[in-house]
Amino acid sequence: MPGGRTLLLGLMRVKELSILLVTIAAAIYFSTSSDAFNSVANYQTIAQYVAPWSIIAAGEVMLLICGEIDLSAGFVFALAPFLLMQFYVNGWPLALALLGAIVASMLIGVINGLIRTVLGVPSFITTLGMAFLLYGLVLIISGGRPVAAPKDAAVMQVFGGAKWTELLWAIGVIIVLQVILSGTRFGIHTQATGGNRVGAAESGIAINRIKVINFAVLGTLAGLAGILQGTRVGSYDPTNGGFDTMFFGVASAVIGGTALLGGTGTVVGAFLGALLLGIAFDGFNVLGVSANAFNVVLGAAILIAMILNVSLLVLRKRMGSRELA
Amino acid sequence: MNDDEVIRADGISKSFGPVRALTDVNLHVRRGEVLGLIGDNGAGKSTLIKILTGYHQPDGGSLLFEGEPVQLRSVVHARSLGIETVFQDLAMVDDLPVYLNLHLNRELVHRPIPFLRRREMRRRAREALDSIGIDIPSVTAEVGMLSGGQRQAIAVARSVYANARLLLLDEPLAAMGAKESALILRLLVELRQRGDLAIILIAHNYGQIMDVCDRVNLLQHGEITFDRPSKETSVAELLDLVHAEYRLKGSVSSAPDQIERDSGPAEV
Repeated sequence: MPGGRTLLLGLMRVKELSILLVTIAAAIYFSTSSDAFNSVANYQTIAQYVAPWSIIAAGEVMLLICGEIDLSAGFVFALAPFLLMQFYVNGWPLALALLGAIVASMLIGVINGLIRTVLGVPSFITTLGMAFLLYGLVLIISGGRPVAAPKDAAVMQVFGGAKWTELLWAIGVIIVLQVILSGTRFGIHTQATGGNRVGAAESGIAINRIKVINFAVLGTLAGLAGILQGTRVGSYDPTNGGFDTMFFGVASAVIGGTALLGGTGTVVGAFLGALLLGIAFDGFNVLGVSANAFNVVLGAAILIAMILNVSLLVLRKRMGSRELA
Repeated sequence: MNDDEVIRADGISKSFGPVRALTDVNLHVRRGEVLGLIGDNGAGKSTLIKILTGYHQPDGGSLLFEGEPVQLRSVVHARSLGIETVFQDLAMVDDLPVYLNLHLNRELVHRPIPFLRRREMRRRAREALDSIGIDIPSVTAEVGMLSGGQRQAIAVARSVYANARLLLLDEPLAAMGAKESALILRLLVELRQRGDLAIILIAHNYGQIMDVCDRVNLLQHGEITFDRPSKETSVAELLDLVHAEYRLKGSVSSAPDQIERDSGPAEV
């Protein structure tokens, strides 16, 4: 049946389809299992999980696609609010302190990128070292204690103070980065850099510049996400973020179809990955299942997503090649 | 110097640390001409190609491009002059579709907001492939799904589409079956007939070199030691030259047999 086959092939080309179906299935399961799941307050709780993970995931997707990873993002997340406070208590206007913290986060990304590209240290090692370094810095600056966030200041209303703003930022970031990834030369060059590093360089693409920019983008986003979350909660806590937040971001990206070895992935897929994790995390809480069970589900979800991705890729290639032969 | 000369290299040398890859290379190629560049593995062929394409800078010597002295600063600079290369690895991104690979690093964008002009790129890619007779069913197919011959053809089409004046092909027929080699050789013959392009072809199969090349250069120990029109030489003579080198080395091993086996007439 050629029509059916074409439809199947077309559906398989939509890389986010499988994760979208699983996310919808999870939402239906939890909403039918518990009435408490279907409330605005609960949706808000889900949004609180999803927003920081998906903002980090969006940046990690770009980096993973160009063949790199940043393990320090969760600590930029933790550090940025304290940098904001440092600038603020030293007399900077709040808006400027906020901008300063975001720029500093970006610079951490640039430093990661330069160590990776100019000195040739693998990103796994570079950013692992940076992660511990930043963690130490956060503890020194904060003295290991949380501080109250300037939540009521007008400017901070936009940055997590007002309800839903964190999620709106996340959605905005997802849309902008997805458009950049699939609609601009920079996005294509990011995919080319991860898909064929040597080939991209031979075509004249400045692969090192592409990588440094993507490290900087993730640094910026991680700083933003940290400030958004701390401001929403009303307190900046040095134990926020860390490896957990970073790995949830990476897990979201991978579950959403991003290849760990570079070349392919979508930001929208990563958002769906974060949404699935958020729904599962919240759903288990609502059902009263322990957090330990959630880890089992998370691990299984990553494995199943990867197995599905690999199998679908093989199938797509087989069907595609037959069609082109 | 001939008016038709597209590139001339004089005394080009290049070392990598203690290794002298090229000692004194003199080479030229004219518009409408296909120059076959042969030489043993490690003779410096790929280094020479990478210098001519701006990827490496030479330590010494000079380059003339269309009669003008030129220092190729980068691949992008060489491309801007019309020097295009099809590298051994093809510089193809498997996960991207054919039309984006054809436009790699030359993507068309809207103004003033620089979004990709995908529809226009698809149209032009189709035109470019059709104009040189390459049969690829879909320009939206991912390159990773195509055969080796199809990928090679797209790599050549990409260079031609970019208005190449000098096309460098680094072993385009390596690891390719008879049918796919024939596809590429037919493409080269077609490009030669157009007459507006100078081509340098590196290949190990001397039979194929004799079929499509107007002239043959042999690169040995970092120098061009043989330069003759292909009509005035033969596969046997080329083999003799390489055999002589092996005899000098005192190691007539299986390598010349390999060359002999590979050097039968190409099935075009």
